[in-house]
Amino acid sequence: MSVPLALLGLLEREPSHGYDLKRDYDTFFGGGKSLPFGQVYSTLGRLARDGKVTAGQNEPGDGPDRKRYAITPLGSGEVEAWLAEPVAAEPYLHTVLFTKVVLSLMLGRDAAGYLDAQRATHLRRMRELTEIKRTGNLVDALLADHGMFRLEADLRWIDITQARLGALAEAVRDR
Amino acid sequence: MIVNALLRAEEISRSYGDTPALREASLSVTAGEVLAVMGPSGSGKSTLLHCLAGIFTPDSGEVWFDGRRLDTLDDGRRSELRRTAFGFVFQFGQLVPELTVADNVALPLLLGRTRRKDAYARAASWLERLELADLGGRRTGELSGGQAQRVAIARALVTGPRVVFADEPTGALDSLTGELVMELLVALAREEGTTVIVVTHDARVAASADREIVVRDGRVTDPYASGVGR
Ligand SMILES: Nc1ncnc2c1ncn2[C@@H]1O[C@H](COP(=O)(O)OP(=O)(O)O)[C@@H](O)[C@H]1O
Ligand SMILES: [Mg+2]
Repeated sequence: MSVPLALLGLLEREPSHGYDLKRDYDTFFGGGKSLPFGQVYSTLGRLARDGKVTAGQNEPGDGPDRKRYAITPLGSGEVEAWLAEPVAAEPYLHTVLFTKVVLSLMLGRDAAGYLDAQRATHLRRMRELTEIKRTGNLVDALLADHGMFRLEADLRWIDITQARLGALAEAVRDR
Repeated sequence: MIVNALLRAEEISRSYGDTPALREASLSVTAGEVLAVMGPSGSGKSTLLHCLAGIFTPDSGEVWFDGRRLDTLDDGRRSELRRTAFGFVFQFGQLVPELTVADNVALPLLLGRTRRKDAYARAASWLERLELADLGGRRTGELSGGQAQRVAIARALVTGPRVVFADEPTGALDSLTGELVMELLVALAREEGTTVIVVTHDARVAASADREIVVRDGRVTDPYASGVGR
């Protein structure tokens, strides 16, 4: 999972404190694990260094969390491109696919279009694996089958998610 | 527009009473191509297939086959075209259970006035290609699901059609049997240069096609047309 891109995506909604970003990250993308504060601030620091976010003035108060971070046009462009781009069809992608869909919905982007592109990418890989099954030996064929079952699981998830995009959009916007 | 399209739909729409099933769907298939049609149930896949095959006529839009307008042909010419140029495989229920396997496969030829002896000879050779040579004398009511679908494929191909339309041909089979049936259909179609349009929601079936389109709410999305899926 790409933590920097997920944080950038969350910042694309509105300028936020590190604490808010961590809370939303944990809620939507943590999968039961929480992102350490240290990682949130080190990531934000690198994003600031690279010109993708800006850190506001220190606000009065205690603790490290006194800055508001805002995304820059460079950062926005990166989020935009990342959301639309299908991921290479490999096993164990669920967190990346899920993050892209949720962020797209939060930001009012074309989640359905992304899912279509992802389905096409998965099917192209399945076509390659089908060819390996047709021409390869038994070992290759069984390995290809393993990959195909995993891709099929993603594809089923893509279908179901696509059918429920409206409800999911409400769920992530209402929070 | 694809210049060398064998079969093409241009913005076809079709409703059942007040229910719109297709909304300006467009699609183009080249000769010899194997195309998978995917999409949620109720999205209009079967309606699209029926319009392309000249079983239904769309309310608006155009269907072209091999340089000829298909949707404006009169009923007689359209059914003649279906009988000579198209083959069909459905999910189930297409074979005549009281007849033998060989009778079922020879039937389209007999209806087309091929001589009996020739019809049965050609049926036998197709049964052999579908690894069904031993079953010619069986009644189709006695076959397993996978065997019945192979017979249906033999029957669809026996007339030497330009296009085979298949609507969920593996929908009633377990995945391994379905894969085998699809493998045979695709392999034989490629040998014959036959175009195949197959409706399926099984990703494995779609993966044996050259390309897939997705139908959603009666509209066709072609992920390759926009360039995004490349
Ligand atoms: N004979 C019919 N009468 C009324 N509505 C129909 C009929 N056939 C299909 N429909 C409706 O048209 C839409 C598309 O159906 P169909 O083409 O069968 O979809 P699919 O094959 O993708 O499941 C659905 O809403 C379905 O309920
Ligand atoms: Mg259908």
